[in-house]
Amino acid sequence: MTKELLKGNAAFAEAAIRAGCEGFYGYPITPSTEFLEHMAKRMPELGRAFVQAESEVAAINMVYGAACTGKRVMTASSSPGVSLMMEGISYIAGTELPAVIVNVMRGGPGLGNIAPSQGDYNQMVKGGGHGDYFPISIAPASVQEAIDMIALAFDLAEKYLSVVHILVDGNLGQMMEPAELPPMKKLEDPPPDWAVSGAKGRDPRVLSSIYIDPKDEEVTNIRLFKRWLEIEANEVRYDEYELDDAEIAIIAFGTAGRVASTAVREARQQGIKVGLFRPITLAPFPTKQIAELSKRVKSILVVEMNTGMMLEDVKLAVQGKIPIEFYGRLGGVTPFPDEILEEITRIHESPPKLGNGQVMEDWLERLEKNIAGGR
Amino acid sequence: MAAAIQPQLVYQRPESLTETVTHYCPGCTHGIAHRLVAEVLDEMGIREKTIGVAPVGCSVFAYNYFATDFVEAAHGRAPAMATGIKRVLPDNIVFTYQGDGDLASIGMAEIMHAAARGENLTVVFINNAIYGMTGGQMAPTTLPGMKTTSSPVGRDVESMGYPIRMAEILATMDGAGYVVRRSLHNPANIRKSKKAIRLAFETQERGLGFSMVELLSSCPTNWKITPVESLAFIEDHMVPTFPLGDYKVNDEIAKLRV
Repeated sequence: MTKELLKGNAAFAEAAIRAGCEGFYGYPITPSTEFLEHMAKRMPELGRAFVQAESEVAAINMVYGAACTGKRVMTASSSPGVSLMMEGISYIAGTELPAVIVNVMRGGPGLGNIAPSQGDYNQMVKGGGHGDYFPISIAPASVQEAIDMIALAFDLAEKYLSVVHILVDGNLGQMMEPAELPPMKKLEDPPPDWAVSGAKGRDPRVLSSIYIDPKDEEVTNIRLFKRWLEIEANEVRYDEYELDDAEIAIIAFGTAGRVASTAVREARQQGIKVGLFRPITLAPFPTKQIAELSKRVKSILVVEMNTGMMLEDVKLAVQGKIPIEFYGRLGGVTPFPDEILEEITRIHESPPKLGNGQVMEDWLERLEKNIAGGR
Repeated sequence: MAAAIQPQLVYQRPESLTETVTHYCPGCTHGIAHRLVAEVLDEMGIREKTIGVAPVGCSVFAYNYFATDFVEAAHGRAPAMATGIKRVLPDNIVFTYQGDGDLASIGMAEIMHAAARGENLTVVFINNAIYGMTGGQMAPTTLPGMKTTSSPVGRDVESMGYPIRMAEILATMDGAGYVVRRSLHNPANIRKSKKAIRLAFETQERGLGFSMVELLSSCPTNWKITPVESLAFIEDHMVPTFPLGDYKVNDEIAKLRV
C-alpha cells in the first residue's frame, strides 16, 4: 500500500470497511455526511448492510440491533445527531455490546454551526447517555491517525464489549491529506458465543439492558466498572512531542493538538523550551502520565476548542502542583498557531504562579483582544 | 366391559413457548397472542432461525416466554433494532412485538419508516387502547371519551386528539406486503388472528416486505372492568373504532392456503 491523497470522512469510512465493518446505519448531517455517502456507495458493492435511517435515533437503534449479531457495526454523525443517539448508546453500553460511533464535532450548543469544534468533550468522554457506563473515547489528530484508530476502535469494542467513540472535528472530516489505508480484513465467521443468530442446536439467547432487580443491576454496574478499570490500566494512548527538556508543556487533543504542535515547533526555533503532550485516548485519560509530566515541567498550557472541558481532567491529574494556564477558541473557531505561540511566549516571559484564581477570566480577556483583532 | 379409553394428545405447549409462569394480569390477552405466535413458529418450523425484538411496556419481558433468541429494544425502537438485525442476518426471521404506546406514540417514526423501506420483518401489534405497564395512561389508540389516569374525565378529542388507526396508515405504504387488523375477544376471532399471524410470517419468509398484524386486546386491570366485561368492551367499543379486516395483502399471500 502507498499513500494517497484522501478526504477525511471518506477515508475514515473506507478504513471502517477495511476493518471489517458489516453494517452502517446513519443519517446525513454536516460535517460528517461524506462518511455516510462513502458507505452508501461501498457497502452495497461489498454485499454489506447500509441503511439511511429516518433519524439518528433510528440509526443508533439499528446499530444496537446489528451489534446484537456480533458483527462489526457502526454509525457516524455530528454533534446534534450524536445527542439524539445518546439513548441508544446507553442501551448498547448496558447490553455490553461492541459498537463504534464516530462524532465529527461541530460548533454548539443547539443547532450551532457546521464549523469544527471540540465542544462535545464532556458528552463523549464522560458518557452522555443515562446510567453508569464508560465509553472508550479516542481523539485522533490527522487523517492517518483516524484511519489507524478506527481499526483499533473495533478491536477495543470487541475486546471489552464496549462502546467506542471516535472524536474528530470538522477539520479532520473535511480536510484532504496523504494517508495510507490498511488492507481489507477478512470477515470473521462464525459469530461470537454471546450473539443472537437463531437458537439452532443451543439454548435461546437474550440480549437486554434490563436488570429489574436492583441487585442484578448493581452486579452489572460493578462488572462494567471493573472492565473500565482494566481499560484504564491497559489502553491509555498519547503522543509526546519535544517534551524531553521542556519547561512548558502544552496539553491539547485532536485538531487543537495538531495546531499546537506547529506553535511548539516555532517556539523551539526561538529557543523556548516547550513541548506538547497530546492525549489520543480521552477515555481512558492519561491521568498518570500527566501527573508524571507535571513533575518535569514548570507549567502547563491547556489548549482546546471549547471552554476548558479537558482542562478539568488535567487539573485532576496535576492536583494543583504546578500552574495550569488555558487558551481556548469556541463556537466553531479553530485557533491559529500564532495565537498559541503568543500564549507560549507570554508564559515563557512571565511564568504563571500557583494560586491564580483568575485563570479563566484572564484567558477571556486575552481572547477578547484576539476576537477584536479579527482572529 | 367397555374398551379402555386411549388418551389422545390434543393440546400441548408449543415448542416455541417456554414453561414460564405468566406475569400478565388475569384476563389480559397478551398470553393468547404469545401462544399464537409460538404456534405459528412451530408450524412453520422456523423457531431456530427466529430472533424476536421485545418492546417497552407490559410485554417488555416477552423474551421470557419464547424459546427463540431475543433482544430487548428501547421504547418504540423495536422496528429500528429489527432492521439492524435483519439487514445483517437476512436469512433469519425477525419479528417485533409491540404495544400501542410503543408502536403508535414514541415509536411512530420507526414503524412508519420500517414499512416505507419495505423491511422484511413481522410486527405483532397489541392494541389495548391504554398504557398498561405505567398504570393506565392515555395511549394514542385510547377511544374518545375513554377514562384513563391521564385523561381522568375522558379523552377529550378537542385537546387530546383522536385515536390513531395504524393498520390503515401502514397499509398505504408501498413497502408493506401484509397489514391486517384482528381481535382476540372470542375464539372465532382468535382463530382468525392465528391465521393472520401465520400469513404475516409467511410474508417475511417469502421476502414480500413489511408485515403487521394489529390485535385488539384487553386490559381489564387498567380499564377497571372484569375480564369478561373487557372482552365485551373490545367487541362493543374497540371494533367500531378499529374495524377488523385486511388492509393490505400481497397477491401471493392472498392465494396462499394455510
